[in-house]
Amino acid sequence: MAIRWGNYRVGQFYDELIRVANKPRPAAAEICKYLRNLTEQEIEEYKTAANTAIHVMGITFTVYTEEEGSIDRAWPFDIIPRIIDKKEWLQVEKGLKQRVKALNMFIDDLYNEQRILEAGIVPKSLLEASKNFLPECMGIKPKHGVWAHICGSDLVRDQHGTVYVLEDNLRVPSGVSYMLENRHVMKRVFPDMFEKYNILPVDDYPSQLYDMLTQLSPRDIEQPEVVVLTPGIYNSAYFEHAYLAQQMGAELVVGSDLVVDDDDVVYMRTVNGLSRVDVIYRRIDDAFLDPEVFREDSMLGVPGLMRAWKAGNVGLANAPGAGVADDKVVYAFVPEIIKFYLNEEPLLPNVPTYKCVNKDERDYVIENIDKMVVKPANESGGYGMLIGPHSSKAECEKFVRLIRRDPRNYVAQPMLLLSTAPTLIDNKAEPRHLDLRPFILSGTDIHVTTGGLTRVAMRRGSTVVNSSQGGGSKDTWIVDMEAE
Amino acid sequence: MLSRVANHIYWMERYLERAENTARLIQVNTHLLLDLPRNVMLGWEPIIDMLSFRDVFYEQYKEPDEKSVIKFMVTDTNNPGSIINCLAAARENARIIREIIPTEAWELINNLHMTAKADGQSVLTRRHRFSCLERIITSNQTITGLLGGSMLRGEGYAFLRLGRHLERIDMTSRIIDVRSASLLPSVSQEQSAFENIQWMGVLKSLTAYQMYRQEMRIRINRSDVLEFLMKYHKFPRSLSHGLMQIGKCLKELPNSELIQENVNALSNKLEKLNTQKLPQDGLHEVMDDIQLGVVKIHQSINEQYF
Repeated sequence: MAIRWGNYRVGQFYDELIRVANKPRPAAAEICKYLRNLTEQEIEEYKTAANTAIHVMGITFTVYTEEEGSIDRAWPFDIIPRIIDKKEWLQVEKGLKQRVKALNMFIDDLYNEQRILEAGIVPKSLLEASKNFLPECMGIKPKHGVWAHICGSDLVRDQHGTVYVLEDNLRVPSGVSYMLENRHVMKRVFPDMFEKYNILPVDDYPSQLYDMLTQLSPRDIEQPEVVVLTPGIYNSAYFEHAYLAQQMGAELVVGSDLVVDDDDVVYMRTVNGLSRVDVIYRRIDDAFLDPEVFREDSMLGVPGLMRAWKAGNVGLANAPGAGVADDKVVYAFVPEIIKFYLNEEPLLPNVPTYKCVNKDERDYVIENIDKMVVKPANESGGYGMLIGPHSSKAECEKFVRLIRRDPRNYVAQPMLLLSTAPTLIDNKAEPRHLDLRPFILSGTDIHVTTGGLTRVAMRRGSTVVNSSQGGGSKDTWIVDMEAE
Repeated sequence: MLSRVANHIYWMERYLERAENTARLIQVNTHLLLDLPRNVMLGWEPIIDMLSFRDVFYEQYKEPDEKSVIKFMVTDTNNPGSIINCLAAARENARIIREIIPTEAWELINNLHMTAKADGQSVLTRRHRFSCLERIITSNQTITGLLGGSMLRGEGYAFLRLGRHLERIDMTSRIIDVRSASLLPSVSQEQSAFENIQWMGVLKSLTAYQMYRQEMRIRINRSDVLEFLMKYHKFPRSLSHGLMQIGKCLKELPNSELIQENVNALSNKLEKLNTQKLPQDGLHEVMDDIQLGVVKIHQSINEQYF
């Protein structure tokens, strides 16, 4: 027997499956028993089965190199699932819905009346300095008042078991295809577990996404033309773009497939000639969306797309400019934003966040830089940040200089002790840190994925879970412990 | 169907077909050389001319000897027409549309490219060349079979066949052309004895030898070989068969009238051609004319759909 829970060290962290050595949490009891009874050879077989399934399904992310051209790499996948009790999950889901609803009201307000600035809840200076605020979007009212139709919020759990929102991705969040495919892999590898547990399904996401996108159609027709706009095969998330297009039965297009005519309507070039497009699920960044308005050198976008969108002739998800709320400084204000628009207390807490733009908080951050995680306002993918406790003195000092030079661009958070879950390392279970990215769809109503994508930092002690930086993933099971 | 997607399907198939035909040609030339006496000046130079990359060749190589030509035609990444470049191009096209073609086809094409890359050294020696080239030929045949057995009979499949048959016509005419050139110099008595062996080589490079014997029931001679390869529509690699197939594809596609006109023009030209009376030194001109016709068809496809 290769996995011995008696040897599993939980340490100072909250572990998702194991309470203390040899004592699994109730929802994890069954799987822990199952894993305990596996021989090393059986574990090896399961791993091979999972890798074969991943290979056969072509689940990859793309790395581009000069000499080899494009290469698809498989993302490390761990076969031990992360398990959450449905009762707990429903609370998280409620909190996410509340949060995304408020964020969309906030974006809509910023581009229209700006009540929240008038009320002095969020400082005006913040908007002026924001890289993701697009003045071109002022006065626009997208359908249903929704700007961020697809939101990916990163959740973490601290040592006391409290779930926090770490950040909201409101531009082009990725990862949902891995969530869906991980489940397919697990069904192939552990079919018997799906009989023992009541695991809530995840695979209705593509149809919910499709339904939400059709709600954005400017034309009231039976089957609006929905397309997925990708930057192309060299994008690291290309697999996901293609996957979602395929699952929704939508065309996968690149910028050059689309054309905006003098009538401000978007068409795609087909062998039958031009054909009208109603809704675009775009997976390219704002800056590259329309060379007429944003970056002139963009080869990825569609000239005239903003014209068409402003004229109400095409639905865009997410709406241009939605990223204004996807900013680490705005993040710090989310609790106030929720109270302002909904008159409710936030159900899901923020990680305590110091805004370097305020002098008191800045001084505190600089004083305690070696204990802080410092993040620039507009980066994603784990780039350009400082993890104080893991950094050299020189690195810390460099960040002090950066903060002093541009305080508005930085926020800092105390180092969280992220939760762990048992992960197979050389066929032994070892604790590894993880987070969770659920996806929230907003149209006429709001849907949250059942669970989400669990990302794991595969290196011991590391808390960086990004796929570009050595992270892996797990399947996430929301289990109904009361249903029999 | 998106124009871009149609374009990728069309080119994927053209490059696959081109790689296969180039492999066939080299295969047959290798065998042919073994049959000919040493003093017969049939070398490797005509092969370079086949895809009209003479300048590119002489930029890098001094002599058109066997090793240089094989390297140039099979593994040289500086030669746009080399087999390895054709396979890389086919792979890139396939990769972009891998959600549209059957997954297995993508895997086979990807594999074919990797195998050909790995075979890069061994193909240079005569002993291993046969099996390396054979792998390329049979892999492409497998891909063709797989696509035929699993693709929806829609616009995508029509563009695939369009690419395949147009490329075949092009390559068949080039292969005939290469042989016409190498036979051009006024042949001495001794050499003319080997002329028919060379025409047999042409047939073999198009897997036409066996079918020729079955259908024509006559010994190999130039005008009958030409008749068979150009006008015998029952033979699937003949020019007339290819044109007929292109006509069928066009019927399945919208707004194809202009392209069909170009196809008809080339068909008529072929129809009027009398292979019995065609002088050897006029052959090159005819082939040139056919290739121009192919270019014209391609251009009209390009303008209409891509």
